[in-house]
Amino acid sequence: MPAERTVSHFYSKTSPFVKFISSKISYPLIWEKKNGGSRWLITRALQQLVMENNLLKDTQTMKGAKALMTAMEKEGVRQVFGLPGGANLPMYDEFARCDIRHILVRHEQSAAHMADGFGRVSRKPGVCFATSGPGATNILTGIATAQADSAPMVAVTGQVPVAMIGRDAFQESDIIGMANPVVKYAFQPRNAIEVPGAVKKGFFIAQTGRPGPVLIDIPKDVQENEAPMTFPDEFRIRGYHPWTDPDVTNVERALEILLNSEKPVILAGGGTIISSAFAELQAVAEALMIPVVTTFKGKGAFPETHPLSLGPIGMHGHAEANKVMAEADCVLAVGTRFSDRSVGTFEAFERRLKIIHMDVDPAEIGKNQTTNVAVVGDVRASLRIMIRMLQKKPRMAEETPWLRHVRETKEYWRENLKLHPGEMGAAKILRKLRELLPPESIVTTEVGQHQMWASLFYDVICPGTFFSSTGLGTMGWGFPAAIGAKVARPDVHVVDIAGDGSFNMTENSLATAVLEDIPVIVFLINNFTLGMVAQWQRTFYNRRMIGVDQGKCPDYVRLAQSYGAQGIRAESMDELDRAIKEAISSDIATVIDIPIDPEEDVLPFVAPGTPLTEMILPS
Amino acid sequence: MWAILSLVVENRPGILFKVTHLFRARNFNIDSISVGTMSNPEYSKITITTKSDEKQVEQIVKQLEKMIDVIQVDHLDENKTVFRELCIFRINLSNAADSMKINEMAAAYGGKVHDAKRDSIMVEMTATPHQIQAFEELVTPFGIADVSRTGIAALQRS
Repeated sequence: MPAERTVSHFYSKTSPFVKFISSKISYPLIWEKKNGGSRWLITRALQQLVMENNLLKDTQTMKGAKALMTAMEKEGVRQVFGLPGGANLPMYDEFARCDIRHILVRHEQSAAHMADGFGRVSRKPGVCFATSGPGATNILTGIATAQADSAPMVAVTGQVPVAMIGRDAFQESDIIGMANPVVKYAFQPRNAIEVPGAVKKGFFIAQTGRPGPVLIDIPKDVQENEAPMTFPDEFRIRGYHPWTDPDVTNVERALEILLNSEKPVILAGGGTIISSAFAELQAVAEALMIPVVTTFKGKGAFPETHPLSLGPIGMHGHAEANKVMAEADCVLAVGTRFSDRSVGTFEAFERRLKIIHMDVDPAEIGKNQTTNVAVVGDVRASLRIMIRMLQKKPRMAEETPWLRHVRETKEYWRENLKLHPGEMGAAKILRKLRELLPPESIVTTEVGQHQMWASLFYDVICPGTFFSSTGLGTMGWGFPAAIGAKVARPDVHVVDIAGDGSFNMTENSLATAVLEDIPVIVFLINNFTLGMVAQWQRTFYNRRMIGVDQGKCPDYVRLAQSYGAQGIRAESMDELDRAIKEAISSDIATVIDIPIDPEEDVLPFVAPGTPLTEMILPS
Repeated sequence: MWAILSLVVENRPGILFKVTHLFRARNFNIDSISVGTMSNPEYSKITITTKSDEKQVEQIVKQLEKMIDVIQVDHLDENKTVFRELCIFRINLSNAADSMKINEMAAAYGGKVHDAKRDSIMVEMTATPHQIQAFEELVTPFGIADVSRTGIAALQRS
């Protein structure tokens, strides 16, 4: 490849650069392939030169592993979720000499989810450590989850020594190659001296613009080798431009369209939560008196108890939200990628609507939906510009035919949506949880029916307190993410709204919750089946139930107790009331096992590939 | 639509992999690709031609611009761009007259002849992909034994 040829030319014996280095260095350069190639040879020579002549000020000679920890401390990292192994032992050894707390997991996937949960709540990258090979591949699901939901994360993996790479060494995996499509960026420092820069840039990339996961894969010898380290505050990444200032003219055009439409709605996506644009969103909605629906990822971007709130749209959206969305003539979409789960069918969605799209990622504009006006930039900044413009305009009339219609639709569905008749119906138990949990409590969910029931029946009061694996839909995410969230916010209650199938996937994180003293609550809605799959089999496969029965296995109360956690079973509303109160007042992790009817479906339901107007409703 | 994309990327191992991986993962098409270092050895230039509709080309450009290792992406205007591809054919010969014909055709397309044997002949030409295709169609009846193409190099007129 031509690129390779140039590299070797630059480092070849005859290049002026190499001649200069050779003349200065105190030992002869031996040009042999087994020495790792000319580039490696010259880099080592340069390091030697720098050290011998003390060329760099503020330089400390230290191991790569020590540099990693020092650089992370400078980024404000207080804890790492991880699991040690052969190839990351030098990093682990450094925990003995630094102030960073290590939180031990039982499976690397959980470490990634914990870092993810921590990152979403604190808006700073959560950090997870894993060893090479299987350790690294185990965190892949967690990395992909963070990428799909734009969560800031830095994953640090050990790798076999540089000279062993490519030889199928024990516990070697090409994690850089495997992770490429699911990371925002990946580093593999080949020399110890590159470690501080990789950490600095990695943290910057992970949390700026549209956040995402960054992988730093460090070969074992790079962790062990010493080099003169500097930790500069300034750096440059040529091809990375995370910020665009919103175009004021486009905001003006957007506002014009909004003011001239008869039936506008605001669609708030996850980007609104990521950029904490809660106050701005509410100010725009109230100034223009526009009803607010959200995507599922955007759930809780707007207080769901607000009169203008209609809740999430989509496959399992609120009936009133889907109805109103389907009737609107104009949508202000804030920080959303128009996922298929949100809009039903792309064509039907854009045909009726004028679409105004605000997003930080220019590649999202026009990816799934054709827009009328696009405002690229941080949505908080864009909304602020709109607010400034609104201050010069007369206030909107408080009552319009559209608003009246929206209110009537909302009232109708709030009263007439048929709920499960049993005492322990999903709606009832989730409303009970909402009633007893303080408003600022943080909720995560697993993936499945319980997740969609949470979307339907658990109203978020304080914006930005609801988190879920919405993009990748990773079962097993909620519990470790709750642990990460609790580490970020030890002052509030953190509840994982779980289903039994999903909880099974990472339930061994109970050990972490207990031993590391991270008291989260698992609100386990237990239908003894892989409920969502069962629902699809009932709906689309003529009730042929294959591979969904989980039996009454395990006994979750005793499972929790065996880990030293608290386990409570709640089979009636009274028991549930007591259990929630007990869990809230407890200072150890608690699993509340709530058996429900295995046949209860999540309704309304928009079948995949159909427009939002075609909802399956409870009969 | 046929589009020529010119990318300036960091000259580091693994970047070509990332670019081609993006095309695969996002279901985009690569018609041809060529890579070479630029006069500043820190950068490489990747020239990609793709057959996609207009909306898709726009998405490709945006997704490429989003890549951190990609410094610049230009969607070149075919009418204002000099673009050429190098192609070498080995063509079967059944008699001496064929050799004469091939020589004439090659000359007409500005091609050069190499390795002339009794039963085969090689033709090298630098031309636009369309011209190369036209030449290929012309010599197909003789039987093309082998072919190697470089992908295009392209620069927009200033």
